[in-house]
Amino acid sequence: MSDRELRVSKIRNGTVVDHITAGQAQHVLAILGIDAGSGETVSIGIRVPSDRLGRKDIVKVEGRELSQDEVDVLSLIAPAATINIVREFDVVEKHRVERPTEVVGVLSCPNRHCITTEDEPVESRFDVLEDGIRCQYCDTIVRENIADQIDVA
Amino acid sequence: MRHDHIISAKQLSRADIEEVLDRAADIAADPEAFADRRENTLLGLLFFEPSTRTKMSFTAAIKRLGGDVVDMGTVESSSVKKGESLADTVRVVEGYADALVLRHPSEGSAKMASEFVDVPLINGGDGAGQHPTQTLLDLYSIRESAGFDDLTIGIMGDLKYGRTVHSLAHALTNVDARQHFISPESLKLPRSVRYDLHEEGASTREHTELEPVLPELDVLYVTRIQRERFPDESEYRAVAGEYQIDSATLEAARDDLTVMHPLPRVDEIAHDLDDTDYAHYFQQAHNGVPVRMALLDMLLEGPR
Repeated sequence: MSDRELRVSKIRNGTVVDHITAGQAQHVLAILGIDAGSGETVSIGIRVPSDRLGRKDIVKVEGRELSQDEVDVLSLIAPAATINIVREFDVVEKHRVERPTEVVGVLSCPNRHCITTEDEPVESRFDVLEDGIRCQYCDTIVRENIADQIDVA
Repeated sequence: MRHDHIISAKQLSRADIEEVLDRAADIAADPEAFADRRENTLLGLLFFEPSTRTKMSFTAAIKRLGGDVVDMGTVESSSVKKGESLADTVRVVEGYADALVLRHPSEGSAKMASEFVDVPLINGGDGAGQHPTQTLLDLYSIRESAGFDDLTIGIMGDLKYGRTVHSLAHALTNVDARQHFISPESLKLPRSVRYDLHEEGASTREHTELEPVLPELDVLYVTRIQRERFPDESEYRAVAGEYQIDSATLEAARDDLTVMHPLPRVDEIAHDLDDTDYAHYFQQAHNGVPVRMALLDMLLEGPR
């Protein structure tokens, strides 16, 4: 058994999110809505050596195929990520994340006076800018630490 | 007018602006001709924050068009006090009125509310966000006094939280204007407004003092610096004092300078300016009625 397989075992069916910016794996899980109570079997590699990135994180989710829309939002925190859909231990689809033009839900607005942070029947909506995101309701621009805005509620 | 709702000055094109201002000018010239234009029309007023000018001038505007208002009253006396959401409140009230005016302390509230109603909704101020009808009356006043060609305007005071400033700065990108922003370091324009001005290729400069730029100005738009933006009274007094003007300050200004203010003022414009040719702020406030009449009349015609 190779060194790498010891760290993160192969999955039979599901999704492998590879080439995640080192240190961002837990944010990837938060974006995908995966936590201790959500039931999936998940393997995580943190700061794994990588030819392309030096160090990377990797997340394997057993029994769940993530859609392109679900993973596009990952591009905000892990622009180099690749998505592998696995069936019967084989990678059947492989794609890069694409930067979406807007993100609905998932992130919460950091402006505490924004209407989307109140108890109203409205989801957060952000336009994706070249170098950040912008709330469609209150216009607040977030450039740094976008992962801090992941809505864990 | 091609809009269902008026949420932000950003949505207004030069053509939209000119259309509203032209109709406002027609109304100001012959108010009688518009006296029964909106007979039996009801305007719903939802003011979640105190307001004198905006609320009274909208009331005057719809009444002068032959209509009337239905007023939610104060938050304390309404069902909001029982915990009703804004989304529910507007969905109920749209059944009582032909158009709505909303003022609310949360930024983005008017945009969200507009997603829940079919009648036209006008943003009467959303927190530190936008105040587009104030902007239209400001533009009317600017066009009247200085015109839109080769305009040099100074905007001074609280540029960070002042919603009238944010709306006006956006709208002025539609006309041939150089904008000078004059404020203390701590109250400079927010990042989102700078971003938009940059994207629009607007001609802007920022200053911490009025003096160097004053002689160039056609218009000086003064706003109030609020006490609550500062940690303590002495800091507030020191900063606010730097941005007050009186007739001595304006000795260096051009004779045809127009001084504007969205009001209410506290002491940022001395009373000794009130009777000078510089003072335009009371006329500016009065312009709120024909401009809001024009806007209501056009929105009630429906988008085209």
